[in-house]
Amino acid sequence: MAQNDAQNAGIRYLNPPTVEVRKKKYCRFKKAGIKYVDYKDPEFLKKFLNEQGKILPRRITGTSLKFQRKVAKAVKRARSLALLPYVTDLLK
Amino acid sequence: MLKQYETVFIATPVLSEQQMKEAVAKYTKLIADNGGEVVYEEDWGLRQLAYPIQHKTSGFYYLIQFQADPSFVETLETQYFRDERIIRFLTVALDKDAVEYAERRRQNRAKAAAAPKVEEPKAEEPVVAPEEPEVPVEDEESNEENNA
Repeated sequence: MAQNDAQNAGIRYLNPPTVEVRKKKYCRFKKAGIKYVDYKDPEFLKKFLNEQGKILPRRITGTSLKFQRKVAKAVKRARSLALLPYVTDLLK
Repeated sequence: MLKQYETVFIATPVLSEQQMKEAVAKYTKLIADNGGEVVYEEDWGLRQLAYPIQHKTSGFYYLIQFQADPSFVETLETQYFRDERIIRFLTVALDKDAVEYAERRRQNRAKAAAAPKVEEPKAEEPVVAPEEPEVPVEDEESNEENNA
């Protein structure tokens, strides 16, 4: 035990260890109390798309499953109404 | 049993204002004739399409929110299919959250349309302009007010 402590104390880093403080992701719909995802608002839906117009995964946006489904549906509706493109480059 | 629906159609940009009005009148009449009731209408005007449809890059968007019997939707869509003026349409059933959202959207738009009129009396402006203030930069706070 004592040896262990000594070892821990003795660790010296060449570079100060970078401790990443990751911001906790959250579901923006739950936080803001939004219940309905509107397909008529392409500017809002663009937050959930990458530059190619693909829907971003939940692991990046932090959206909860319930709302990810709604977002996906809204995006697809917007696409069919030509409010959002199906394929593109340099959206945004 | 009536249900709430919302339909958006895109008409060809070659129509004159008069022809567009006729097209709208046709569908509102169709809804009324089939025991439905138009709750709200919204003209989005001429918009650029995100991708070409039938070699056209723009179109007149028009939104109608209505109450009707579920069997009526099929009739409506058949009419859309037969109408050459319509290049794209979408009919969506509204659940209770959606109805609530539509209500609030309507009020916001009414407010937005009423407010800038005092400063600059542009009739065409409010059609597209109120879209922007709804989501100003990117943050949820603004949405919170609109959507909460």
